[in-house]
Amino acid sequence: MSERVLMKGNEAIAEAAIQAGCRFFFGYPITPQNELPEYMSRRMPQVEGTFLQAESEVAAINMVYGAAGAGARVMTSSSSPGISLKQEGISYLAGAELPAVIVNIVRGGPGLGSIQPSQGAYFQAVKGGGHGDYRLLVLAPANLQEAVDLVTEAFDLADLYRNPVLILGDGLLGQMMEPVEFRKLPSRELPPKTWATTGMRHHPHKNIINSLVLDAPGLEKHILHLQEKYARMNLHEQRAKSLHCADAEVVIVAYGSTARIAKTAVMSLRQSGLKVGLFRPVTLWPFPVNTLSELVPKVKAFLTVEMNAGQMVEDVKLAVNGARPVHFYGRMGGMVPTPEEISSECVRVLGGVR
Amino acid sequence: MTFEVVMAGFGGQGVMLMGQILAYAGMVHGKQVSWMPSYGPEMRGGTANCTVIVADEAVGSPVVAHPYAVVALNRPSLDKFESAVRPGGVLIYNESLISTPPTRSDIKVVAVAANQIADELGNVKVANMVALGALLEVTDLVPMECIIAALKKALPAHRQDMLAVNLAAIERGKQAAVIP
Repeated sequence: MSERVLMKGNEAIAEAAIQAGCRFFFGYPITPQNELPEYMSRRMPQVEGTFLQAESEVAAINMVYGAAGAGARVMTSSSSPGISLKQEGISYLAGAELPAVIVNIVRGGPGLGSIQPSQGAYFQAVKGGGHGDYRLLVLAPANLQEAVDLVTEAFDLADLYRNPVLILGDGLLGQMMEPVEFRKLPSRELPPKTWATTGMRHHPHKNIINSLVLDAPGLEKHILHLQEKYARMNLHEQRAKSLHCADAEVVIVAYGSTARIAKTAVMSLRQSGLKVGLFRPVTLWPFPVNTLSELVPKVKAFLTVEMNAGQMVEDVKLAVNGARPVHFYGRMGGMVPTPEEISSECVRVLGGVR
Repeated sequence: MTFEVVMAGFGGQGVMLMGQILAYAGMVHGKQVSWMPSYGPEMRGGTANCTVIVADEAVGSPVVAHPYAVVALNRPSLDKFESAVRPGGVLIYNESLISTPPTRSDIKVVAVAANQIADELGNVKVANMVALGALLEVTDLVPMECIIAALKKALPAHRQDMLAVNLAAIERGKQAAVIP
């Protein structure tokens, strides 16, 4: 399939996973991501894959653990409250070093919240969510073509690092339609899954998938090994996109669908001659500290825009490290900022720096 | 250029499909497009709407406060979106179901008897396509051949026999679109 097709975000993500070789999907319904499992339920049988609607989110994530342990390419998806239920299993996946792709089409929270778009799950995605010293690779697409490409890559990254990868979207990206193309991306050289529990006919020694290490020195050694792996991910996987940052006085920092709304604001501010740029983290963990800190000496101030009460702004402040003011503008609870709101906030910040 | 269209009506009037056809046609025409549905907890018989953007540049925000055009298929939709149309923009309304005409004078207001025309064609379900025809006539958003290609793509295999009546509805909508 290489022609451009108009698809819903949720469906495009599902198709991208199938094309990336995902053959197992375990999920439990929740708005606004239901089209994803629905699409999987239709497509998986066509590719001799397995779609299973589990009895709960907890069951679904542990089925992911099982399939990943056996070396399969496996995915689950949910939205905020459902992802909260999956946190225990995600921590187990990280502890047992299992590759899997998890999709969170975020809705308003806390609690059951609303079904409208939100970015209130940033902290949960990048700072843990589950227990223990673990990290997920967190990818945040801003349009559907990027979602398709990142999902394709997510399976490779998961296999490469033996680590769960989280695709962080929101209701806007899940529900909207845009043209997408399922193109072949350059694939990475991936290590064979010699650790997978495929039976002793396939490997000479016992393979054990486990996250329980009762002996303290042994667990510390395992955690240090994980930290070394996260350091490698931090070194190689930071990714961001910049727009009009070269001569910008104020740079907006935004990710996902907020970034595309901010882009409309930047384009209209530029038309009025204002020197405004956009910095868009594509990886939320590792946070693109390197490229963001390069901007610090050139810029007078930053404005972080999010659909939450201020979460990524903490990572922006860490990267800027007090060298420049970091402002924040956020909408919550399913309210989506308009380009006009972002523009006027930007003008206010610009007024302060002149 | 960027054109934003909000299409709104009762659930079941086909506003989502109408929007998808326009977005698909825009894509076939080589434009950048997006389609965004309202997906709130709507009750049966409540209102539904979608926003379609057809642009030369990559689409930024897929939702807009002040669209270039609004297509209102029922009274609640007109009440909700009449004031949102950008000055100089276009408002198409279904006069079969809306007896009190819009009051704005700074926009192009076009009445089309979508249900009545669809009835005359023998299928009230194509009222949405009549309204789409009116929109295409007034705005020149996408050429007709792109709409035909989009319809062929959007109609599932077992519904391809509906192509003719859909196209007839669009044609009738085009003819009926008169600026008062």
